Amino acid sequence: MQRIGVFVCWCGSNIAGTVDVEKVASSVAGEPGVVFTTNYQYMCSEGGQGMIRRAIKEHGLTGIVVCSCSPRMHEATFRKTAQAAGLNPYMVEIANIREQCSWIHKDKDEGTEKAVILAKAAIAKLNLNKPLTAGESNVTKRALVIGGGIAGIQTALDIADAGYEVDIVEKSPTIGGRMAQLDKTFPTLDCAACILTPKMVDAAASDKINLYTYSEVEAVSGFVGNFKVKIKKKPRYVNSELCSGCGVCTEKCPSRKAPNEFNMGLNNRGAIYIPFAQAIPNVPVIDPEQCIKLKTGKCGLCEKNCTAKAIDFTQKEEIIEREYGAIVAATGYRPISLENFDEFGYAHNKDVITSLELERLMNAAGPTKGVLLRPSDGEHPHEIVFIQCVGSRDTSGCGKPYCSKICCMYTAKHAMMIRDKYPDTKVHVFYIDVRTPGKNFDEFYRRAVEEYGVDYIKGMVGKVAEKDGKLLVQGSDLISNEQVHIEADLVVLAAAIEPDPSVRNIATMLTASIDTNNFLTEAHPKLRPVESPTAGVFLSGVCQGPKDIPETVAQASAAAAKVIGLLSKDKLTGNPCVAHSDELLCNGCSQCACVCPYGAIDYIDKEVNDHGKREVRRIASVNEAVCQGCGACTVTCPSGAMDLKGFTTRQIMAEVDAICR
Amino acid sequence: MQVNDTNKEFRPLIVAFCCNWCSYAGADLAGSSRLSYPADVKIIRVPCSCRVNPMFILRAFQRGADGVIIAGCHPGDCHYTSGNYFARRRMTLLFSMLDYLGIERERTRVEWISAAEGAKFSATMNEFAETISRLGENRRLEDLRCKE
Repeated sequence: MQRIGVFVCWCGSNIAGTVDVEKVASSVAGEPGVVFTTNYQYMCSEGGQGMIRRAIKEHGLTGIVVCSCSPRMHEATFRKTAQAAGLNPYMVEIANIREQCSWIHKDKDEGTEKAVILAKAAIAKLNLNKPLTAGESNVTKRALVIGGGIAGIQTALDIADAGYEVDIVEKSPTIGGRMAQLDKTFPTLDCAACILTPKMVDAAASDKINLYTYSEVEAVSGFVGNFKVKIKKKPRYVNSELCSGCGVCTEKCPSRKAPNEFNMGLNNRGAIYIPFAQAIPNVPVIDPEQCIKLKTGKCGLCEKNCTAKAIDFTQKEEIIEREYGAIVAATGYRPISLENFDEFGYAHNKDVITSLELERLMNAAGPTKGVLLRPSDGEHPHEIVFIQCVGSRDTSGCGKPYCSKICCMYTAKHAMMIRDKYPDTKVHVFYIDVRTPGKNFDEFYRRAVEEYGVDYIKGMVGKVAEKDGKLLVQGSDLISNEQVHIEADLVVLAAAIEPDPSVRNIATMLTASIDTNNFLTEAHPKLRPVESPTAGVFLSGVCQGPKDIPETVAQASAAAAKVIGLLSKDKLTGNPCVAHSDELLCNGCSQCACVCPYGAIDYIDKEVNDHGKREVRRIASVNEAVCQGCGACTVTCPSGAMDLKGFTTRQIMAEVDAICR
Repeated sequence: MQVNDTNKEFRPLIVAFCCNWCSYAGADLAGSSRLSYPADVKIIRVPCSCRVNPMFILRAFQRGADGVIIAGCHPGDCHYTSGNYFARRRMTLLFSMLDYLGIERERTRVEWISAAEGAKFSATMNEFAETISRLGENRRLEDLRCKE
């Protein structure tokens, strides 16, 4: 039999205003197990906690019920209080008589009556509580970062800086990500490569950072502090140890049909290629789909010309197994496919391009060496139309319902850069709204309008049609309420951005949740923005939501700080409220394992003593370090063997009984 | 709640199972926003809507509850990834069985209420309590068994 103490808090007048706290305390005095009741102005104060500690010792209490605010507020506080007085912290139950009683009811009798019932339910539950001990597990002091863009690089650099090992897994042949493709960055107009490449070099040079480029995460198992990850290293067909990065092979390669991904397909690359000059590692990769030698067995020009003897056509895919304490997803984004936006003619008109393509056309290392030329005929465009929100803020179902956040600013940047370099060019921007919330952002946009004379037109474009080598843009100006017709040479679409499609698979492997737009979900939208709801998994960059570079870097560092906090611990304390299977009732049917979202249930052959009869049975065994305590298995179990510690079937039944008494 | 005195207004007894991560937090938000709903609603905290065993609901009706509501995270937002989907399927089956037993379909409900939806929590509970009040006192499950 428990010896229960009930402590009713006034919370100043927050509770005492609508609940007769003395009556609550006296009404529950006769409940089973209750040996002590009291009330106090502020239970959470040092005075109140001292009162609880003294009562536990003086009355030999085995458990306490605190009638106070929500357990989400002070459950942890009172657990510590109980522990300080020698009780198991899980012998504490909270009756929520503030948020779910005094604050919402005005009638004092009604409030008091409900508070008494809530207290009785907590007492009924506590009578069945058992002391619980959380398990401990070790922490592997190494982190995995999935994605080698600016988010992943920044996270890895910060973690390495704190002295921990980090691996970056990047699916493409080089780190750098989307930022490497950009020409200049807003709102400072400094060149993207100038600020990104030093970070890439730092990452490569750090003895704490391991780069797995041209690699993908294949499988993830384990749990916070102890993840086991399989990394698939795709064959480069070039020995990284021997290669000097001279690039002769890329020049000699006769296969020139593959679209250059780095230049958004605006030109072609060889079958053996280095994505861009500053790539890290500076080692070429052979595209097996394009390589004549790999396809037909003939050619091998690269091999013949390689003085370092680094070409190796026999390379095979490798699976590397590594252990990690924490995982950061930094999988980034891509522009959406524009096939649903036929009205702009992107698919059939070469001079209708996306902003990322323009970025490559403006870049000195791009297909036109930084000279702005029309893709169709190589002429200088004299009139350019930018169309905003192509697929963003689109509830029609063709695009995305959210704002892509970066387009307003990069379009202002593009418009300014074009007007700066080619002052004779007319630039028009069709927009729904111009959104500039960021440091120095609005000033930047105003410069585009006021200093650079960019023509901003509020309204959407209905159609882009080709006419005599020109692009006829038909739109509406909502301010003058007039139809607008512009004969443009080039049309630039600000395509919405979406999470990289690889994120779906990665989310499944990490059991990280994903929202309806495929962005990874944070543990709390305001208070835990860089943690995933899955312990030990963190989020960095656009995989969590649209962001510009400053925000991405800030989030990347925040994720790193969370990882460092985790890796600095030697032991992790788990949640003791986990599932537990009664070995005498379990028949090993494996229904529970089917519903477990964490794969926490295994089957073991164990000798059980069933009322004197010893036999080996196949029974469910819960890995307490992996179990998160949802309870899905408890309801699925057909024999009633599975139960959840802290929320047992009997405990919840007792609460139901107390409420329905 | 037994109401024997016919002069007294009927007050229903409603049991609400709320998941810890979304709906219980939503109830807390309703509280801190002072959005009232009838005191007839009594909340039981469960880690996830999938922890709600159909037995709990049968027990509540057996002991005299007039309505039972299960509230969890929105589909796709479950803290445990998929728990609310299990709850949804289980409850669909259970509720049709209860309907067959003579417990009106309106007395049972599954709602998705997020931690940010204090107003939805309050509105849902007000509306549910009103529905149950209109239906009147529930016949106890044990009585159903005894009759006919």
